Amino acid sequence: MWKILHRIAKTGIVSEPSPALDDGGAECTQIGAELLTILGRALTIREVDAGSCNGCELEIHALNNPYYNLEGYGIKFVASPRHADMLLVTGPVSRHMAFALRRTWEATPDPKLVVAVGDCGRDGGPFGEGYASLGGVDKVIPVDVVVSGCPPRPVELLRGILAAVRRRSP
Amino acid sequence: MNIAALASVSLQRQSSALRVWRGSCQADVWLAAAREVAEGGGRLVSLWGCDRRDGAGSGHFIVSAALATGDGLLCLELPLTADNLIYPDLTPHFACAPRLQRTIYEMLGLDAEGATDFRFWLNHGDWPGDYFPLRREASAREDLSGHEVVDYPFIAVEGDGVHEIPVGPVHAGIIEPGHFRFSIVGEKILRLEERLGYKHKGIDKRFETMPPLQGHRLAGRVSGDTTVAYAWAYCMALESATGIEVPRRALALRALMLERERIANHLGDLGALGNDAAFALGLAQFMRLKEDWLRLNDRLFGHRLMMDCVVPGGTEADLDAEGVVALLAQCNAIECEVRALRDLYDEHAGLQDRFIACGRVTPKLAARLGLTGMAGRASGIAVDLRADFPVPPYADPEVRMATHRNGDVAARVIVRFDEIVESLRLIRHWAAALPEGPIRAEMACPQAGFGIGWVEGWRGEVMVALEIDCGRIRRCHCHDPSWQNWPVLEHAVIGDIVPDFPLINKSFNLSYAGHDR
Repeated sequence: MWKILHRIAKTGIVSEPSPALDDGGAECTQIGAELLTILGRALTIREVDAGSCNGCELEIHALNNPYYNLEGYGIKFVASPRHADMLLVTGPVSRHMAFALRRTWEATPDPKLVVAVGDCGRDGGPFGEGYASLGGVDKVIPVDVVVSGCPPRPVELLRGILAAVRRRSP
Repeated sequence: MNIAALASVSLQRQSSALRVWRGSCQADVWLAAAREVAEGGGRLVSLWGCDRRDGAGSGHFIVSAALATGDGLLCLELPLTADNLIYPDLTPHFACAPRLQRTIYEMLGLDAEGATDFRFWLNHGDWPGDYFPLRREASAREDLSGHEVVDYPFIAVEGDGVHEIPVGPVHAGIIEPGHFRFSIVGEKILRLEERLGYKHKGIDKRFETMPPLQGHRLAGRVSGDTTVAYAWAYCMALESATGIEVPRRALALRALMLERERIANHLGDLGALGNDAAFALGLAQFMRLKEDWLRLNDRLFGHRLMMDCVVPGGTEADLDAEGVVALLAQCNAIECEVRALRDLYDEHAGLQDRFIACGRVTPKLAARLGLTGMAGRASGIAVDLRADFPVPPYADPEVRMATHRNGDVAARVIVRFDEIVESLRLIRHWAAALPEGPIRAEMACPQAGFGIGWVEGWRGEVMVALEIDCGRIRRCHCHDPSWQNWPVLEHAVIGDIVPDFPLINKSFNLSYAGHDR
């Protein structure tokens, strides 16, 4: 136990200052407050892998590491779409995942946000469209914001999530 | 290549440092050679089909088996005549064969004679069963809408108190999609049956539209967590087909990146394994180290996961003196931290209680089922291409293979810790003495050729078979070691309880994308 406590004390707090938004808008510490105004609560996200290469998943995992302080802004990944405000969807959407993705979207309560992640989530990326790939996420469900990149860096993901929330701003 | 059954077959050695032989034979010899390799303790690395008809009535369908022997890799081709599209079933000799054979049928309509499982594997019913995407006549642009997903006949377990738990394809975390069907009594798992293929994107067909010199980009996205290994294997195949020599500096940089990829994944897994056993500190600490690691990748190579950094003929990015200093300093810092965290893991009674004896695959079972890669080494299967068939720069220094015999979650944790330390040693050695010279050889696209790439990725052996015809990719087959290991996971969980499944699954950390393609 002593070693564990020592390790915690030695590591300290590694979280970094939040990134600026692309449009030169507020820092996301302020977005934390905005989240409460806009949604009336914290932002909950359900991640759906609709056919990715798993590279985007690695970066979404990284977004949850201590450097990015996600929960500090009131953003949380949840296990059920019924608990979610936002779907974070990686693609391309494989033909086999289209049904599950649509049902996940239907299970998410309104008003809901959809962020399509990566070049593949945008338009199918290098996988394109074919007998087994439908292409971008918007082929199956409506998309609010696209975060391009292959895969997008965690900071870019954060910017995309915040940009989607701000679009809901009254 | 010393295979008695092949005495009458002419085998060609591939023109590369890799020990690969290739030949063509009839069904009886093909089967006898496979049997001989199996009996000699060899393994089936991959099995795939190819449509080599030329549209003018000549040419054949081919079924190829890549067999690993003590001498190297044997790629044995079996041509099929148009009126008899069957080949011998390899299930009696290799446990991983059935799913590969089911896939060959779905892709090309070639049947394994004697096989007993006819359920579709990658085709969930979304396109017609007689639509074979890898046949030449298929364009992949046909209108296939209007087909409904069909029920999959899982094998039912019957008896008092037995019930089923269906899980997925959408899981309760940031995980790839797949379906698991548990048959349980109380909390105890009697049987697990996997249903994969949800991520099938038709990559093999997509390759046909790629210029050969761009194919590494798609290969590097078969499984994103293994991008360096796939891109290297693809380039190795292309370079063998062309017969060009890759500069020594590029080879050292490739190996350096491959080991960095291994460490990045092991760091992430060690954190996630702690977390799955309710030790959140482990996740936070290891993810912090992994983030440092990925950021240096970004700085040195221009990409956090090193995608598109291995290119045909060499590498995209070079390393300068300042980069080497940063890299060496980070190796020292990470080693220090990993050793300290290993102490925490070793001494944490609650953690060890969850790890030890959980998800056990005994060496005997592992050998019978053909468990491979890192998970295989944790079950006493001492196979590692970096040590067995080293290509430059791997022979210098020699790789010290990490193995364990317990085959449980704890063993897979130990092997990961050991491999991190060994990879750090290799990186230090190469970085300190990078050969001078160019990082890329000029490459022209070959008109025709065949090559195989075979690389020990962090999860296990990745193989790419590339066939070029008329300056285009005729067939590119990418094989992930998850094909071998997914069926073993079904055995690993028997007798364990359902709440231990996430931990056991994570300890293997198999690729859905790499398997489904």
